[in-house]
Amino acid sequence: MREMTCIVCPNSCTLKVEEQREEIVVTGNKCKRGREFAAAELKHPMRTVCSTVRTVFPEAPVVPVRVSAEIPKNRIFDVMREINQTVLTVRAAGGDVVIRDVLGLGVDVIATSSMLQSFAELKGEK
Amino acid sequence: MTDYDVLVIGGGPGGLAAAVSAKKEGAGVLLIEREARLGGILKQCIHDGFGLLRFGEKLTGPEYVERFEEEFHKLSISYEVQTFVTSVRKTEKGFYVYAVNAKGVREYRTKAMVLATGCRERTAKQVFIHGTRPAGVFTAGTAQHFVNLMGQMPARRCVILGSGDIGLIMARRLTLEGAKVLGVYEVKPVPSGLTRNLVQCLEDYDIPLFLSHTVTRVFGTGRLTGVEIAGVDERMRPIPGTERYVECDTLILSVGLIPENEMAESLGVPLDIRTKGPICDNRFMTEADGVFTCGNATHVNDLVDYVSESGEIAGRAAASYKKRTGQESEKGRVMMDADASLQYLVPQKLNLGSDLGKVILYFRSSRVLTEGTLTVAVDGQKIFARKYQNLKPPEMERLEIDFTGQCLTKESRVLVSIAEGGGI
Ligand SMILES: Cc1cc2nc3c(=O)[nH]c(=O)nc-3n(C[C@H](O)[C@H](O)[C@H](O)COP(=O)(O)OP(=O)(O)OC[C@H]3O[C@@H](n4cnc5c(N)ncnc54)[C@H](O)[C@@H]3O)c2cc1C
Ligand code: SF4
Repeated sequence: MREMTCIVCPNSCTLKVEEQREEIVVTGNKCKRGREFAAAELKHPMRTVCSTVRTVFPEAPVVPVRVSAEIPKNRIFDVMREINQTVLTVRAAGGDVVIRDVLGLGVDVIATSSMLQSFAELKGEK
Repeated sequence: MTDYDVLVIGGGPGGLAAAVSAKKEGAGVLLIEREARLGGILKQCIHDGFGLLRFGEKLTGPEYVERFEEEFHKLSISYEVQTFVTSVRKTEKGFYVYAVNAKGVREYRTKAMVLATGCRERTAKQVFIHGTRPAGVFTAGTAQHFVNLMGQMPARRCVILGSGDIGLIMARRLTLEGAKVLGVYEVKPVPSGLTRNLVQCLEDYDIPLFLSHTVTRVFGTGRLTGVEIAGVDERMRPIPGTERYVECDTLILSVGLIPENEMAESLGVPLDIRTKGPICDNRFMTEADGVFTCGNATHVNDLVDYVSESGEIAGRAAASYKKRTGQESEKGRVMMDADASLQYLVPQKLNLGSDLGKVILYFRSSRVLTEGTLTVAVDGQKIFARKYQNLKPPEMERLEIDFTGQCLTKESRVLVSIAEGGGI
């Protein structure tokens, strides 16, 4: 049996996970997402990555980004490398794609803030 | 001078929610923020995990708060940024609020105000460390500001003191950006951050957590060169002989947050020694008539969803304050006594002016309890009880209690307590 903490929501349930032949039995989860988490955690743990990308705009040297969906945990640092090689040259809005299909993982890196646009408004550029 | 019904100080999630809900009630609202952009501290909280309760989605801090900003702008609420509120004066005719910005000194008059000034971090001055005062000692929030807003790395090899959530988040963030985080040292025998952050920020990156340990000394003249770590006993005193030297260029402090209440104090609003925020009632009105509080200025929340919720309640109540008939103050308010089993309880009082109905309570247990029962008693009569599993001081609980039908008066004795075990 393995014990793990479900990180899906702030409840942080302590999951007890038992592998019985083909099946995994999960207890301690307050909801079904805990079971899904435990199943994924045993076979192919997935995580999100949140970071920043550099920009060419002096008022906002970096802009926050994240992956549009979870990626394999063991690819986090590969994705970080891609993010750190990117420079944003347009005033992207929150949700805009910054890197499409990063490393062929099937997820995009997207901007998580429209700060570049609010800065433009502050300066009356828009 | 311009007149308002509700003036909100602070443009973080708490202040934004308050302004939006007051405006929806038809009030004339002004929001004042000292920084260049609205959003408060969430502008720099770029990790995800916000808004699960409210939106059912794992949003990052900027995504969460920009949703509120959008609504705020849609309602065309007036606001001033880069404007710092310096003082507030209470008069018969309302509150006079003084602020400074590039245009000079500004004066506003308002019927009610909402203090949504957030919290600040405890600093090196508030933790006792021997040694020199080299560069390279930052609070976790300052490090977060450097990395996430300025794009600058403040550390290469670092030690984190304190297991607060922001410290854990920064341990991961600095690791992702290529720094080596040597360890997180916590003086208490239990971690103070959320369990999920211990897992996804430390365990995932093999960053060790040392409980009952502290930093006793810092070294270095220009820049930090290392720290001395020691184990501590039950009374958190360093144990002689356990000291060891750790070479590092950065020490990050994550030793807690304190509600920011300079403005409240200048208005003579009494604070609760347990929450360090204003004593307030179920509508988030402080002991000063017409002064409301919300968000992290009231008490340090661990989920922003609750910050928004308190802002909404405070904003709505502030908007209706102008319509107040005076009836409210006659019926008065009744204290809710939280005994020592609770670290604190918010609100501290119940407003008997309108029908109480459903009241939202936020509390923290003083102790770790695998099973606990919270009870509310009025004049010795139990009126509510709920069983909890895994109560922990770092994890705030929210609870809704229906007081409909309870004949409370100013003289009632309301007692809230948590007993160990599940027996009701
Ligand atoms: C460094 C740091 C990191 C955090 N990280 C997280 C996290 O990862 N997750 C989480 O859930 N919570 C986090 N928190 C807690 C976070 O503060 C709350 O979740 C939430 O942002 C609180 O909202 P608020 O509106 O009460 O305060 P804030 O967001 O702090 O907003 C307060 C605003 O008031 C303004 N202000 C203060 N005084 C004045 C004045 N005199 N005049 C004008 N304006 C003023 C400030 O500039 C600020 O914009 C963090 C807190 C800090 C300090
Ligand atoms: S099991 Fe469900 S309730 Fe428990 S932490 Fe996971 S997602 Fe949250």
